Amino acid sequence: MEISDFQSNDENAWCQGCGNFGILNALQKTLVQYGKKPQEIFLVSGIGQAAKLPHYIKANCFNGLHGRALPAAVAAKITNPRLTVIVTTGDGDCYGEGGNHFIHNIRRNVDITVIVHNNQIYGLTKGQASPTTDRGYQTSVQTGGVILEPFHALPVALVLGAGFVARGFSGDTAHLSELILKGIQHKGFSLIEVLQPCVTFNKLNTFSWYKKRSDYLHHDKEYDTGNKNLALTKALEWGDKIPLGVIYEEKKPCYADLALLPEDGLMGRSARDMSVLWDDFL
Amino acid sequence: MDEINLRVCGQAGQGLQVLGTALGRAYKNAGRHVFMIQDNMSRIRGGNNFFQLRVSQAPVSAPRQKADIVAALDLDSIDSHRKALNEKGRLILDAKAGGDAPVQEKEINIPFYEISKNACGDKRFVNSVLLGILARMTGLLFESVESSLVKAFSSKGESVIQKNLQAARAGYDHTPGVGFSMSESNPPVSQPRLLMNGNEAMVMGAMAAGCRFYTAYPMSPSTSIMTLLARYAKPYGMIVEQAEDEISAVNMALGASFAGARSLTSTSGGGFCLMTEGVSLSGMTETPLVIINAQRPGPATGFPTRTEQSDLDLVIHGGHGEFAKMVLAPGTIEEAFLLTGYAFQMAEKYQIPVIILTDQYLAESQIDTEPLDINRIKAAHAQPPAEADLVHPYKRYALTESGVSPRGIPSLINEVVYADSDEHTEEGHITESADTRVRMVEKRYHKKTASLLKETMKPKSFQSHEADTLLVGFGSTQGVIKEVCERLQKLKIGCLHLPQVWPFPSQAFIELTTNIKHLVVVENNATGQLRRLIRRETGLEADASVLKFDGRPFSVDELHARVEEVIGSWK
Ligand SMILES: Cc1ncc(C[n+]2csc(CCOP(=O)(O)OP(=O)(O)O)c2C)c(N)n1
Ligand SMILES: [Mg+2]
Repeated sequence: MEISDFQSNDENAWCQGCGNFGILNALQKTLVQYGKKPQEIFLVSGIGQAAKLPHYIKANCFNGLHGRALPAAVAAKITNPRLTVIVTTGDGDCYGEGGNHFIHNIRRNVDITVIVHNNQIYGLTKGQASPTTDRGYQTSVQTGGVILEPFHALPVALVLGAGFVARGFSGDTAHLSELILKGIQHKGFSLIEVLQPCVTFNKLNTFSWYKKRSDYLHHDKEYDTGNKNLALTKALEWGDKIPLGVIYEEKKPCYADLALLPEDGLMGRSARDMSVLWDDFL
Repeated sequence: MDEINLRVCGQAGQGLQVLGTALGRAYKNAGRHVFMIQDNMSRIRGGNNFFQLRVSQAPVSAPRQKADIVAALDLDSIDSHRKALNEKGRLILDAKAGGDAPVQEKEINIPFYEISKNACGDKRFVNSVLLGILARMTGLLFESVESSLVKAFSSKGESVIQKNLQAARAGYDHTPGVGFSMSESNPPVSQPRLLMNGNEAMVMGAMAAGCRFYTAYPMSPSTSIMTLLARYAKPYGMIVEQAEDEISAVNMALGASFAGARSLTSTSGGGFCLMTEGVSLSGMTETPLVIINAQRPGPATGFPTRTEQSDLDLVIHGGHGEFAKMVLAPGTIEEAFLLTGYAFQMAEKYQIPVIILTDQYLAESQIDTEPLDINRIKAAHAQPPAEADLVHPYKRYALTESGVSPRGIPSLINEVVYADSDEHTEEGHITESADTRVRMVEKRYHKKTASLLKETMKPKSFQSHEADTLLVGFGSTQGVIKEVCERLQKLKIGCLHLPQVWPFPSQAFIELTTNIKHLVVVENNATGQLRRLIRRETGLEADASVLKFDGRPFSVDELHARVEEVIGSWK
């Protein structure tokens, strides 16, 4: 596979300099490396600037409703397990509108990879606070600054039992691409949150703001991605240092294993001999 | 007697449903027709629930107002049930169950709790005692009781079966035959027959259609669809997934459908409200979707365990924007089965949402039915579109004459498929183009609706040739309306029943009513939603409405009286 195999001819609608480009490039690079054909890749998204990403890659795409990428994605994966299912979603899409699905699909542990473009703002609707906007940040709605506690998705995911939790930065596509590949290869729900500057509406969490705080976990030779307590401590860090890399990974049975899903999922003809069932009503 | 009406009341948790089914099955196996409603409170223990069973020589599909026999397992709400007795009716009670309640005229005191204790050493087998008593009183042979009880407890093991049989036998023997026995059905009823409720029939319809993914969030009165499918799922390779909410359910159903499985979700009005965004998404992305809405009285939480037909407006209009959809409203067990299969077929053929509208009354009423034939339902599974229909590169929303584009399923065609909830191009990419917008709206709404109208299910007419007046209804009221029609044949009354309410079969409706003087619309709601719909879609103004919105279904007697009243007021 080459980058050109995954090139879409749809016109891009992101702002110049948007952090989403880094994520797009990283994902395309990952897909080339991963080696499956575009027809075998299924990108699912909701609504937002982040959620437009599937249009800019040549692969199957279901660009559904705001907040609802996860339910559609997991059901598609259950139906056709041969598809590699990747969700591209925003912080508003995934943690706000889709919060309930975020919680329960981690528990459901279907084998999908979820990339959250976290620009800490609602981009498409022009700059209102998202669940991850830092305290004190002023917007057209939060005129006195955000007073709500920010939502930290990574520790939440860990507590819910996620088997793959990672954080990347759109400014480091090589690193991000590696993370995405690991996420795809992990069997089960893989969460990759990406620090993504929004050049238009987030004047606080800029490229250099993120870059300065980048704290690569692989620089610490002692860091053990299998240690959940340590992972929780790292996942909770959000300040002068923001940890990047695989925070936690654990092999565990996923939905298909536990539900004893057939290899071809639900694609085939169903058994139709219902004669024994009628007996219940005789 | 050619029919007997039995009511058994008791507290929630006293096992009335098992008793009701066992009793209904015993009569069915003995060659009688049965119809049984469930009247339950929204609670797990206590309160007062009842079932009312109509046993008849002729097929029956509606309840009667009054009962010949009321049996009370519990005396707390006995006064309301006393009123349900007809002139010759008898109340059977165990006076000791309510602290030695004095026995009044028309009451038969049988110590069924004591009989249970003596027969099985345990008061808990009282339901089977009562089954024996009722069977004896109504002239049923003990063999029918026996086979029914064996079936009811077959999964519970031999000792449970034996205890229940002992209890039933003791009740049966204790009872001197009391004059309610029924003459044989003539002609004899063909066997075997099924005893089924609407939800069960829809489950069988969905399975026959090859549905492989079902997801829902529990909500009465739809929940038994989920529990029954869960029971059947494994050997049929079906996944039953409990969703975190109805929004998830509908979006999962769409995800599965897009990926190639026939998928289903079901709910009641409150859940359907949450699903409406998904209905709209189905319309926009042209992804087949089947939803069952088993209605209950609203607004909000309403009466969770009771019945109403008040979501007609909701399901026809639910889902923002304009797009083709279909709403089916089965009126019998057989229709519930067949229309479920048909819903999958139409959802797929037109790539639209199809909603099946039922209610607690149809969902939970058990009726004896001829065996259902799965060969009348077409099964299907994911397949690539015919190469001849395709243009390359593949366009998910290719503009066609019929409005329907060849549906590519990811990985089953050798190209990628883009679907989008934004307004989109033929390729499925986001667009702001005014021209494309117009063509896409025409595709999704006008063209598809025009094709749908060509194969709309016509209203079913009954006794309408000689009629001056037609009673009109949709969904669950079919049986009761028909029976009232039969009763009032001399008054030149016929009826029309709509198994499909959207797209509204306007042309057929107008044709079927041209020679009719009066239309009376019968609805289980407060505002006459069907009557308004008829006016809007045909310009025909009905002469009267008969409405009922107390959360209970019409009985034959009540509807009869109210229709006579309406007709009387014209004279
Ligand atoms: C049901 C619904 N509510 C609201 C919206 C409007 N809306 C679209 S995107 C969005 C927020 C997007 O934020 P995020 O997910 O962070 O994406 P970003 O644009 O920042 O990438 C909102 C509120 C919508 N499309 N649908
Ligand atoms: Mg955002």
